[in-house]
Amino acid sequence: MNDQVDKQAHADDLYAESHYWHVNTGNETIHAKRMPGRFRNVKWAAAAVWLVFFVGPYLRWGERQAVLFDIPGRQFHIFGITILPQDVWMLSLTLLFFAILLAVVTSIAGRVFCGYFCFQTVWTDIFTWIEDKLEGGPQKRRKLDEAPWDFTKIRIKVVKHVIWIAIGMLTGISFTLWFGDAFEMWKGFLTLSASSVAWGSVAVFTFFTYLFAGHMREQVCFWLCPYARIQGVMYDKETILPAYDYNRGEPRGKLKKGQIEEGKGDCIECGQCVAVCPTGIDIRHGQQEGCITCALCLDACDAVMEKIGRPTGLIRYASMDELEGKPALKMFQRPRVLVYLTILTLAMSGILYGLFNLSGIEVKVLHERQPLYVLQSDGSIQNKYSVKILNKTAQDQQVRLSVAGLPELTVSGGEGSLAAHKGRITSYTVFVRVPRASLKTESTPITFHVEAEGEEELVSTYTSMFIGPRP
Amino acid sequence: MSEQNNPYGAPTTGHVWDDNLAELANQPPKWWMIGLHASWILVVLYGIAYPMWPWFGGATTGLMGWTQIGEYKQDVAAIQSVRAKYEDQLPGMSASAILADSELSEYVVRSAKVLFGDNCAACHGGGGQGNPGYPNLVDDDWLYGGDIDTIVMTVTNGRTGMMPAKAGVAMTDAEIDQLANAIAQGQPTSSPLFMEKACFACHGMDGKGMHALGAPNLTDSIWRFGDGSVEAIKYTITHGVNDPSDPQSRNAVMPKFGERLNETDIKKLAVYVSKLGAN
Repeated sequence: MNDQVDKQAHADDLYAESHYWHVNTGNETIHAKRMPGRFRNVKWAAAAVWLVFFVGPYLRWGERQAVLFDIPGRQFHIFGITILPQDVWMLSLTLLFFAILLAVVTSIAGRVFCGYFCFQTVWTDIFTWIEDKLEGGPQKRRKLDEAPWDFTKIRIKVVKHVIWIAIGMLTGISFTLWFGDAFEMWKGFLTLSASSVAWGSVAVFTFFTYLFAGHMREQVCFWLCPYARIQGVMYDKETILPAYDYNRGEPRGKLKKGQIEEGKGDCIECGQCVAVCPTGIDIRHGQQEGCITCALCLDACDAVMEKIGRPTGLIRYASMDELEGKPALKMFQRPRVLVYLTILTLAMSGILYGLFNLSGIEVKVLHERQPLYVLQSDGSIQNKYSVKILNKTAQDQQVRLSVAGLPELTVSGGEGSLAAHKGRITSYTVFVRVPRASLKTESTPITFHVEAEGEEELVSTYTSMFIGPRP
Repeated sequence: MSEQNNPYGAPTTGHVWDDNLAELANQPPKWWMIGLHASWILVVLYGIAYPMWPWFGGATTGLMGWTQIGEYKQDVAAIQSVRAKYEDQLPGMSASAILADSELSEYVVRSAKVLFGDNCAACHGGGGQGNPGYPNLVDDDWLYGGDIDTIVMTVTNGRTGMMPAKAGVAMTDAEIDQLANAIAQGQPTSSPLFMEKACFACHGMDGKGMHALGAPNLTDSIWRFGDGSVEAIKYTITHGVNDPSDPQSRNAVMPKFGERLNETDIKKLAVYVSKLGAN
C-alpha cells in the first residue's frame, strides 16, 4: 500500500511542471502586441543588418560585381579576392568561425542570434509589423479572424497576402542576385527570360518565405529549427538571459486600488510580458525552449513598472546564479568561454593567413603511380609527373618550370614557356630522368618551381618525390 | 500523457496504463496534416507525370514521356556532341598528324584511356609498365620500333617473336653458359659464340638488335624476358622464343587488333602509347 503511494508521488513529481507546458502546436495564431522600448529599438537595428542582403548584389568592383558567387565558373569573388575550389579550407574555417561565434555568444548571452539576427524571426517580425499596420492590434486581429468574410475583410486580407508574397519574391530575387550579375539577372526577370534555375530559386524562396514568416512563424522555431534546440543546451548557470526575478516578483497579485498589496511581490499579473511575446510563452515559468531571447518582454515589463512606480528590471537579462543570489563568475573565468575564444582566434588566424597568402599562381604535382619509375635503355631512371598549374589571376600567363633536387637530372615535356590559362588549371605531363648513380635512396624529394614570365611575385613551388629502384 | 497534462481537454482512447497514463485521441497539428496530404497528392501527381503504375504489358508511361533509357541516351548524345569537334577530325588524319597536333593528342590521351584499359592493359599493365613476359611500353626501348607508324602497324597486325632454341643448331651446356654470361655483362660480341652460332643474323653485328625482325638489343639495361640474370638468359637461349619444336619455348605473341578495332581506335591507341613514356 505504501509502495503504491510512493509510486504515485513519484509519478506526480515527474509531471509537476507539466501544468505549465502550454506549447502552442499551431492550433492558434499568436497575435503579439507591439510595444516601443529599448530592446525593440535594438531589434530593429539588428534586423537592419539584413539590408546588406538586399543591397549587396548591386555593389561593383571594377568591371564585375563586388561579391559574386559564380557557381558555374567555380569561383567566388569577394571584392578584390578571387577564391577557387582549391581554397575551400578557408571556407571550412569560416564556417567553423561562425559556428563557434554562435556558441560563444549563446554561452554568454543566450540566443542572441535567434532573438535579433535570425532570418526567420526577423522576417516574421516584418510580416507581423505589416499585419499590425493593416489589421490593427492583437484584439482587432483576433476579431477580424473570426469575423465573417465581407468586402472589408477580403480587401484587408488580400492586400496583406499580396505584400507578403511580394516580400517573399524580393527575398528570392535578392538571393539569386548573389550568384550572377545582378543587373543582367534583373533584366532576365523583367523580360521573363531568366534561367529555369533562377526562376526555381525565386519560386522556392517566395513559397517558403510566405509559408514560414507569414503562416508558421514561431512553429518553425519550435518544430523545424535544430539550432533552437542546440543553442538551448549551450546555456549554463552563468549565461545571462531574459529572466523573471521570482524573488522580487512572487507572490504575484493584482493591484488593489492602484497599490501593491501588503506582502505581495512586484509582479501584478498584468500579463503584458505574455501579450508581447512573439512565440506566445510566459517568461515567468523560467527558461524554456520557446524563448528566442528577443527581450521584448523586458520592454513590456519595464513600461508597467515605471507606470506603477516600481524599479524596472523585474524581467531583465540575468544569469541563473544571479537570480539565486550566487556570486557571478566573470566572463573570462569561465572555461567554456575561454575554449570557444581560443578556437575562434585559431580559425580567424587561419582565415587571415589564407587571405594574405593567396598566391596568384599555384602548382601541384602528381607523381605517376603506375609504374612508379621506368628503367631506360641507358640504365637511367625516369619518373612521370603531371604538373597542374592553377592560374587565379585574371590574365593568361606564360610560365617557366624548373625542377631541382637531384644531380644530373634532365626534364622533358615542360621546357620553354608554358601557357597557364586564366581562372583554371592547365596541366602538363613532365618526365624527369636521372642517371642511376644519382639515386642514393628509393625516394628522393624533388621540387618543382613555377614562375610567371615578367611577374616576379607570381611564383609557386611544390615538393614531390622521385622514386627509383632500391640502390 | 498523464491525466494531469491534458490542457485542452482532448478526448482519450479510454486506455490507462501505469495508473495515470492515457492516450489522447486529438488531431495532430494542422501543419502536420497539411504535410501528410501534400505528400500523397504529390505521389499521385508523380504517378501521372512519370511511369509508375503497373499496367497490362508494362507500366503506365506517364504524361512527361520520360524513360530511364531515354535519359541515358540523351546524356550519351550530349557527351558525343562535346567530343564531336575532335572525333570528327580523327578519321581523316594519320596517326602521326594527330600526334603532332597538341590539342588533338591531348584529347586522345584523355579519352583513349578506356580503350587502352579494355584492350591493352590485360598484358601491358594499366600504366603500360608491362608484366613478366609482356613488354614495357613506357621505356625508350622498342622491339619493332617506337615511331608512331610502326606502333600503328604493330597494333593492327600483331607481332609474333621468333628465336630458335639453341640457335637452331646444337649447343652444349658449356657453350650456353659462356654465351649467357657474355650477354648478362652487356657484351655479347665478346663471346666468339655470338658469331659462330649466327646470333648476329638477327641481333646485329654489334648485338644491338634489329627492329625489322623484332630482335632485342642485348647491350642495354632492358630485358624482354626475365630480369637479365644469367639463369633467365640461359633459359631463353636453351628453349628459344615461339619455337614449335620446344614445348618449353618462351611465348611472345601479340594478337592482331585490326580484326577487333576500327582504324580510328587503333590510331588513338598508337597516339596514347606514344605519349606514355616520352618517346
